[in-house]
Amino acid sequence: MSENIHGFNYEKDADGIVTITMDMDGPVNSMNVQFRNAMKAVADKLEAEAGLTGVVIASAKKTFFAGGDLKELSSIPKGEEESAYRMIEDELKAPLRRWEKLQVPVVAAINGAALGGGLEICLACNRRIAWDSPKVIIGLPEVTLGLLPGAGGVVRSIHMLGLVNALPLLLEGARMPAAKAAKVGYVDELVANAEDLVPAAKAWIKANPEAWAQPWDVSGHKIPGGDVWNPVNGQTLSLAVGTVFKKTRGLLPAPEQILQVASEAMCSGFESAMRQESRGLAYLLTTKEAKNTITAGFFQMNAVNGGAARPKDVAPSEVKKLGILGAGMMGQGIAYSAATAGIQVVLKDISVEAAEKGKAYSAKLLGKQVEKGRMTAEDQERVLGLITPSADYADLAGCDLIVEAVFENKELKAQVTKEAEAHLGEGVVFGSNTSSLPISELAEASVRPDNFIGIHFFSPVDKMPLVEIIMGEKTSDEALAKAIDFTRQIRKTPIVVNDSLGFFTTRVFVTYLDEGVRLLKEGLSPVLIDNMGKYIGMAVGPLTVYDEISQELIRKMAATHREMGVFGAKMDYSVATEVAETMVNEFGRGGRHHGGGFFEYGDVKQPWGQLAELYGKEGADLPQADMQDRLLFRQVIETLKCLQEGVLRSVAEGNVGSMLGIAAPAWTGGFIQVVNTYEYNGEIGIAAFIARAKELEAAYGERFAVPAILSEKLAAGELLV
Amino acid sequence: MPHTAYIYDAIRTPRGAGKQSGSLNEVKPVSLGAGLLTELQQRHNLDTSYVDDVIMGCVTPAGEQGGDVAKHIVQFANWDESIPGVQIDRFCASGLEAVNMAAQKIASGWEDLIVAGGVESMSRVPMGASGGAWLNDPEMILNDSIVPQGIGADTIATIGGWSRTVVDTYAAESQKRAAFARDNGYFDKSVVAVKDLNGLPILAKDEFIRPGTTVETLSGLKPVFAPLGAMGFDDMVLKKYPDLMAIDHVHTAGNSSGIVDGSSAVLVGSEKAGKDLGLKPRARIISAAVLATEPTIMLTGPGPAAKKALAKAGLTAKDIDLFEVNEAFASIVLRFMQDLDVSHDIVNVNGGAIAMGHPLGATGGMLVGTLLDELERRDLQRGMVALCVGGGMGIATIIERV
Repeated sequence: MSENIHGFNYEKDADGIVTITMDMDGPVNSMNVQFRNAMKAVADKLEAEAGLTGVVIASAKKTFFAGGDLKELSSIPKGEEESAYRMIEDELKAPLRRWEKLQVPVVAAINGAALGGGLEICLACNRRIAWDSPKVIIGLPEVTLGLLPGAGGVVRSIHMLGLVNALPLLLEGARMPAAKAAKVGYVDELVANAEDLVPAAKAWIKANPEAWAQPWDVSGHKIPGGDVWNPVNGQTLSLAVGTVFKKTRGLLPAPEQILQVASEAMCSGFESAMRQESRGLAYLLTTKEAKNTITAGFFQMNAVNGGAARPKDVAPSEVKKLGILGAGMMGQGIAYSAATAGIQVVLKDISVEAAEKGKAYSAKLLGKQVEKGRMTAEDQERVLGLITPSADYADLAGCDLIVEAVFENKELKAQVTKEAEAHLGEGVVFGSNTSSLPISELAEASVRPDNFIGIHFFSPVDKMPLVEIIMGEKTSDEALAKAIDFTRQIRKTPIVVNDSLGFFTTRVFVTYLDEGVRLLKEGLSPVLIDNMGKYIGMAVGPLTVYDEISQELIRKMAATHREMGVFGAKMDYSVATEVAETMVNEFGRGGRHHGGGFFEYGDVKQPWGQLAELYGKEGADLPQADMQDRLLFRQVIETLKCLQEGVLRSVAEGNVGSMLGIAAPAWTGGFIQVVNTYEYNGEIGIAAFIARAKELEAAYGERFAVPAILSEKLAAGELLV
Repeated sequence: MPHTAYIYDAIRTPRGAGKQSGSLNEVKPVSLGAGLLTELQQRHNLDTSYVDDVIMGCVTPAGEQGGDVAKHIVQFANWDESIPGVQIDRFCASGLEAVNMAAQKIASGWEDLIVAGGVESMSRVPMGASGGAWLNDPEMILNDSIVPQGIGADTIATIGGWSRTVVDTYAAESQKRAAFARDNGYFDKSVVAVKDLNGLPILAKDEFIRPGTTVETLSGLKPVFAPLGAMGFDDMVLKKYPDLMAIDHVHTAGNSSGIVDGSSAVLVGSEKAGKDLGLKPRARIISAAVLATEPTIMLTGPGPAAKKALAKAGLTAKDIDLFEVNEAFASIVLRFMQDLDVSHDIVNVNGGAIAMGHPLGATGGMLVGTLLDELERRDLQRGMVALCVGGGMGIATIIERV
């Protein structure tokens, strides 16, 4: 007879084995209020069950268990750590502890993904049996959400696997298929069919009626590989500190907390470490980093990747043949990305030689993969065979989509647009990979402006996951849907923005360069300026990234903008331009790949010798917090302007776009989300951000004035969502 | 003394049971110590850059408690980066030795403000983890007849003629006094709750005390050191004490000091420091003494050390209002009271380590605070702290309210 207890089906068989099949409300089983009620009630019932011989935990859903309820978890405000701690201790850990202390064997029958809380339930069982299927993904990915596994995941992993084996899994948030999990030691037994799970679990219980004690509850238990007194463990911990810091620069508390709890597991008792784990999770839950990561890095990222911006009533499309105009750095990267996704590519340049050179780039990247054993030589040949180098527009016949990737020059772009369109069918979408030129103006060259759209890739294309899609005034929903479908087809993330100079990403990105150069002109050391950028979590300092992008490119972009009469209209990079012109015109410092920029790139990178003379000022000094906030706030405020002006069509795209396209630091959750959780002078959120921006505005100028959207949201008591 | 050494404050953590089930097992040694430094800083709005040194006793400086734990604690508390720290080890005297060294630094005029105390997480860093020749060097052990301390304590009881009932009676009284003092808030002024990274309390009061302990309940406990004695260590003692027929193994887990986790911190400074920082002195340190006695019996040092300290100060035992003598074992205090001819009425009036536990390196500093609080509560003038010490050493310190 089966009984439903808060979504857990409780069924006892003739042998005295109770099978609990989790079938909670909603599409998945998750660690929400219903779960916590179920766990307690089921523990009560099991402890009182007469004639109990064993327990099997199974799932009626496709996934075994989906983990924590992130909406609930990310809504816990600062100051509520105590109730969070009590919830973790009393409602998650305590019932699991009661389950594992039952004096009968408890077995998890894992029929689908068991991630986070899902795996933590399994770790509190005496045995884990999993279906050997690629769908059964197992792991503790909490760190990727700014959290730690707080239902015993850290401590039980270490007590089961030992520190040396468990720590990398916890710090990376590794997800693995069941077979790998069995190798790692998370899973004890694999079965070929999902239907075999419960029978296998029951068979094991019958064969091992005494196997009810967890290793850590047996007196004399030793952690595999020993505790802190084994020097190998001490060494593992101290080296992990370095590798964690290299990755987070001290800006992400989750890996640090995981490391600390791991260390606690090495130095204190099982129960003590479990409490420390709860304290660590209670702490992380209210941090801005976790909230930002969950809100933007998880929910908004999923929404954007799921095609939230795609017009719903346009039929799905697929690109079979892609035409790329221009086999330069961008064109060759796009060719590679498309070909590896199985798309036939015509790579067109002014000469076959130039086009062949572009194809050679793919050969080089694929060759590396073969070398590393990630690809076979046959696959390499097959992918390369998809790319046809050409100098002939006629080869574009039959293409479903064109990406134009020639130099950033309006006339040139107009010319190739016209020439290409002559060979294209009616419905073929023409995408321009421009990084800043207004799409509506480029579309003037097209005979089908409704098919004309911006498809802005980032360099290097094979590594950068973002594509910024730009709607011209006349761009149709059909063209947009096709561009989004193509982006997803090549496994990249699309954001959609409205047309404006520099669109979203370029417009914001140049403010980082501009502010870095302003600091330089104020006389500060280039090394210090770059480090301030790194301190806020940017991948590279503003001057170094300027050298990469190149002074030459910025100078040319400004020239183009001037010619088009749009310079200064939207993108504020006046100081960056002025310095680029000085550097290039007077000193020939065009950037790293033009013989050097702000830095020399010899055997050792160092500031260009004449830079101090040119811009340095004796005794120039600013508070570090100001320098860091200037570099951050410029980008955030420009992003908010894009949102207010409607260049950005959603907050989610602003956050995802800034993280994937222009390296907004992970802790921020993107250049909009950062405002929601900003902390300053004891305040949190928009008010705190405005307060700090006002100080910067007073001290450094009106470029730090916040757009009205902030005070409107504040007055309405809303967040930027 | 050219300069007077004042006590400006003396605080401690509660003592947590020193095993994995103890509340402080989840607190690392640097956190135990740093919590107290933070409290001192906040209580007195202390400009930490004024502090000249931090001296912390620690008897098991190994693992996470090793490597100059005092300096680690200073850093972990985020004190000014100019502040040094030194870990010292004079076995169970370490905490009081730290206070005495601080007093000497002040008295010399070389320094003005010192934090002195100790830290010991016995649940995380087990006793003996830092080794030592006296534990495992056969030549040394045989040359000097070094036996486990408890056998020394049993020998003291045997010589003193204190039966199991006598030591258990002493122990039950310690429990009673400690429970009464704790429950009436006598320790509240100086016991600082240990908190987690969220600011939530982990332990706020001593947890080792067992109220309701009676001679009867204690009488059921096994003598811990009888088996070790039978293995041959009794014979080693008897070779040095030919008048004894046998060792009477009276000490049990119930009348010996408890294994606990904890930390202490005493703020010792010059008159100038008090004036500069606006601190009010609570007491001054009059004198201190340390010496060594016969190392086999090992634990008879407190009496001689007390006499030495009294002589230095030009005082007699009658001049001391209250005594805190570490209850390593019941017989140690009984011996001390006999040596100095003082009544139990003024010794360990709020119980001792038998009830509350003995966090080795931290205890001396804790006793200074407990003594000072009680002198204030009773409005008395002068007090003495004394401890028995490994290797036959003894230590004593006399303080006086100002």
